[in-house]
Amino acid sequence: MSESVLRIALVGNPNCGKTALFNQLTGGRQKVANYAGVTVERKEGRFVAPSGRSFQLLDLPGAYSFAATSPDEAITRDVCLGRYPGEAAPDLIVCVADATNLRLHLRFVLEVRQLGRPVVLALNMMDAAKRRGIVIDVDELQRRLGVPVVQTVAVQRGGAKALIERVDGDVPEAAPSDPAPLTPAQMHAQVRELLTATVTMPRETAAVDDALDRWALHPVMGMVILAGLMFFIFQAVFSWAKPVMDGIQAGITWLGAWSTGFLPAGSALHSLLNDGVFAGLGAVLVFLPQILILFFFILVLEESGYLPRAAFLLDRTMFKAGLTGRAFIPLLSSFACAIPGIMATRSINDPRDRLTTIMVAPLMTCSARLPVYTLLIAAFIPPRIVGGVFNLQGIVLFVLYFAGIFSALAVAWVIKRMRRDKSEHALIMELPSYRVPHARDIALGLWERSKIFLRRVGGIILALTVLLWFLASFPGPPANATLPAIDYSLAGRIGHLLHYIFAPIGFNWQICVALVPGLAAREVAVASLGTVYAMSGGEDAVVSQLGTLISQQWSLATALSLLAWYVFAPQCMSTLAVIRRETNSWRNVAIAAGYLFGLAYLASFATYQIASALS
Amino acid sequence: MVQDVEDAHPADPIAQRLRELGFVSGEPVRIVARGPLGGDPLLVQIGSTRFALRRSEAARVTVSQEATA
Repeated sequence: MSESVLRIALVGNPNCGKTALFNQLTGGRQKVANYAGVTVERKEGRFVAPSGRSFQLLDLPGAYSFAATSPDEAITRDVCLGRYPGEAAPDLIVCVADATNLRLHLRFVLEVRQLGRPVVLALNMMDAAKRRGIVIDVDELQRRLGVPVVQTVAVQRGGAKALIERVDGDVPEAAPSDPAPLTPAQMHAQVRELLTATVTMPRETAAVDDALDRWALHPVMGMVILAGLMFFIFQAVFSWAKPVMDGIQAGITWLGAWSTGFLPAGSALHSLLNDGVFAGLGAVLVFLPQILILFFFILVLEESGYLPRAAFLLDRTMFKAGLTGRAFIPLLSSFACAIPGIMATRSINDPRDRLTTIMVAPLMTCSARLPVYTLLIAAFIPPRIVGGVFNLQGIVLFVLYFAGIFSALAVAWVIKRMRRDKSEHALIMELPSYRVPHARDIALGLWERSKIFLRRVGGIILALTVLLWFLASFPGPPANATLPAIDYSLAGRIGHLLHYIFAPIGFNWQICVALVPGLAAREVAVASLGTVYAMSGGEDAVVSQLGTLISQQWSLATALSLLAWYVFAPQCMSTLAVIRRETNSWRNVAIAAGYLFGLAYLASFATYQIASALS
Repeated sequence: MVQDVEDAHPADPIAQRLRELGFVSGEPVRIVARGPLGGDPLLVQIGSTRFALRRSEAARVTVSQEATA
């Protein structure tokens, strides 16, 4: 009758393709990339074999060994040993090994076999192994290991067929657990023996990798390539997105005019749709192309295997500042969003390095800041061409990103100085083989990202915008009102109250109003400004004019001050929540929020005062 | 060629990890690249895997010179 579902866990060294295999089997869309430590949590999925039997599949973070040195490795160890809270040990362990890298990966296979549980070995990346002329005697390997061995190509459709057939059969018997655990030296002797008996390898590394690394890791050229790449990305974000953004803006303006045209001009509904929904959401929606371009580059870099190389080049600099080269990847993901960035720090083994990285991750310019930056840059910085090729707006954007990076290094340095425990920190980071990014993975990644963005726009941003519209509309103005109605509303009063605090840094009360809902999500600030100005500026203020409007009403000093504010301010509740979860301490949240607000206020104050004095 | 990995202090997790990664007696190793500032970190190849090691980590590994091919 209903046979209990077989529970399978995928384990293996980092970056051997467990998650790709997981996606292949379950049809899932977990993130895959080409560096060690993409998966930092246990992920669960199900699949049904052709026979109709269903399986529960667990995807686990990669581990080099059960002697865990980082939080993600500890998860894998605990699940495999049946020590993970609320979870029994898996019925079957599928040990995944990179066929091009067996010298390293077989050692962990031996360690897994020692657990004395049923094990199947999946030799993954068989396509890459064939291309490099690596020949593996699978039957002999199977005989010597005493566990079933299957070949897989996780990135190819149908590449896991052999594995499905194998797990659909009888559960293999538990490998005989060795009476005495092997010493590291004995284990290596076994690996070496297995390799000589079963694997022939024409050369140890891929020739392409050697050629590329000669350039990418060159002490001078490597840095030039890295800097050029980063600069190119920021230029592209600004110049490529422009035509699409113009199109979206025109579309929203048209839609707004069309859909509110039927309503009487003075009615509340007209105002809600026109000033609240279209002015608010439209102001955010136009930034989708820029966010997608940024993500396109991040995804390509992740898939290619270049990121760990960049980490290698920057390790020394980051170490001086009190970080680690390993922090590079979490910090780079923070450019997309600090939340996955902070979660990615689980692959950092040193707890001190990890905490420092978490503390400075919010300083990386996340994509939610992009709408704020681009709105202000487009309104206040002329689109001049500097030095023949560079767009001045692109340069300002680059400077803002750089300010974030620089202050992150500075803050990390201060944290390092304040720390008492000065014992050694470890790097030990594997550099993977290069890989050509799969168009399908990139497209999927971008699609996921668009969905997340649109869900935010349709969810929290819409809700807050409508809420703000209510606050900005009620209570209505008194009969003898001389100012625009919004000045008498609740939102107006809050804005005027906050204005006392923010006047020294040049914010007007409209900005103060926008900052409050902006705490929930940074882009909301732009949406809110759209609403506030639409409400106070009369009927002609619609979405496309927010930029023009503020460029007339704000001084350059105010705009620069707001930019500086956004470099630092922790305008994101979700980030603070994830810091709380990952560090398990409210104290760290308070420190992070405190220092970020402090820096933001100081930076804005200095910017505003200097800019005012100069103009 | 690796001769040995020494613990910098008792129960040194870094040395243990290095051994797990294949830095054991008799394995051939090669330095593939050096970091841009002060030649730190080192990119060390062992088997078909490349690891970035800081000099302080690499210092735990004693090696013997082999005729370079």
